[in-house]
Amino acid sequence: MNGAQDLGGMMGFGPVIPEKDEPYFHGDWEKRALAITLACGALGQWTLDESRHARETIPPALYLSKTYYDIWITALEKLLLRHGLVTPDELQKGEALTARPATRNPPLAAERVAGALAKGSPTERNIATAPRFAIGDRVTTKVMHPTTHTRLPRYARGKTGVVTFRHGAHVFPDTHAHDLGEQPAHCYGIAFSARDLWGEGADPTLTVMVDCWEPYLESAA
Amino acid sequence: MRPPQVNGQGPVEKRGRAVHASGMTHQTHDHDHDEHHHHDHDHEHDHDHSELSEVALRVRALETILTRKGLVDPAALDAIVETYETKIGPRNGARVIARAWTDPAYLARLRENATAAIAELGYGGRQGEHMQIVENTTDTHNMVVCTLCSCYPWPVLGLPPVWYKSAPYRSRAVIDPRGVLKDFGVTLPETMQIRVWDSTAEMRYLVLPMRPAGTDSWSEEQLAHLVTRDSMIGTGQPLTPGATR
Repeated sequence: MNGAQDLGGMMGFGPVIPEKDEPYFHGDWEKRALAITLACGALGQWTLDESRHARETIPPALYLSKTYYDIWITALEKLLLRHGLVTPDELQKGEALTARPATRNPPLAAERVAGALAKGSPTERNIATAPRFAIGDRVTTKVMHPTTHTRLPRYARGKTGVVTFRHGAHVFPDTHAHDLGEQPAHCYGIAFSARDLWGEGADPTLTVMVDCWEPYLESAA
Repeated sequence: MRPPQVNGQGPVEKRGRAVHASGMTHQTHDHDHDEHHHHDHDHEHDHDHSELSEVALRVRALETILTRKGLVDPAALDAIVETYETKIGPRNGARVIARAWTDPAYLARLRENATAAIAELGYGGRQGEHMQIVENTTDTHNMVVCTLCSCYPWPVLGLPPVWYKSAPYRSRAVIDPRGVLKDFGVTLPETMQIRVWDSTAEMRYLVLPMRPAGTDSWSEEQLAHLVTRDSMIGTGQPLTPGATR
């Protein structure tokens, strides 16, 4: 969806201001926000893609005004409500009022944390279909504006680039975010020249690499 | 109840309004929007409570609810925090880079299959399931961004800094990387080719910076001290001999 998360090429946000010797967390609440988000994800009620979509559906004015962990927590509240893990009443009162609902996975136990983090969630899959494009092929990304989740940024839609890497087949976020299955598709690293992305005045030395799933791509003549 | 912590992302100008390094602002008293309507406790906040304490209270309430319902185990939360505070960080990536600088066979494996080569040193997993190394050379500089969210190679760099997740960096890295680099005090030769990697899929990119000159006799361990986090994102260069902290 064309939400506020799709920031590539936007202007007016001012300079990047790195913080010297930045700590991992700015306050204890950020630690808990990270941990709760990961622990709830481990319950298996939603995919990482669905949680990304929950973040990007935060209205733009709000999204841009929140710190990143606030974005996470706001999305987590939505996911917990959507999947019936907490009720609106519970969120409002800040109290547990209903029994624990059934979940796909048991709650993450402390002794399982190290293993779960070390394993992660690999997205590469073996599929029977051969990749349609070869290294060096010129491809054009689709012009599309789905209201649903996609990982093709606006600045890279309808643009022609060159297949530079083949990453194998990966879970397709556009379906995986919406309970439509993994539908793994070949994923490619596509090189776009800045001139093709941004037109006149673009940095002549710049190439932007974007990872694109096959359904995003068409052969360029 | 512990007092709310002030977020270190930027100066808090005055009650009710914080300006962040990210360029994003917070309005404390705008609680009428639908994202917050269910938080009655907002109305109780007063005095020194800022927007940041409002979100801190929401997080605390959420943890209480989830814990009481048996959906999260506080000990597991502690274990997650401890992992990312003490076990996972840019020193991991620095070891990978220093090994690549000193061991040609390791560099070859890193180029061939970065995920496996990084796993040799014991690093991998969440947000680093599919790693790729991108090498700086005398004519190409690499820089990594995630314009759509905050994808970042956690197992080798740890949790991303605030600026990496912020609108200024995410918006500008793909259109004006030289301008971004200037913000970091880095100027590249005009002829240097720049490759910006937008992490739109589950590939996670680690920049292999060039080995600093004058380090021929340095050990792998010494070299690791020259490798900064930013040099592995591409927004900085490694330290030079004599500049180690």
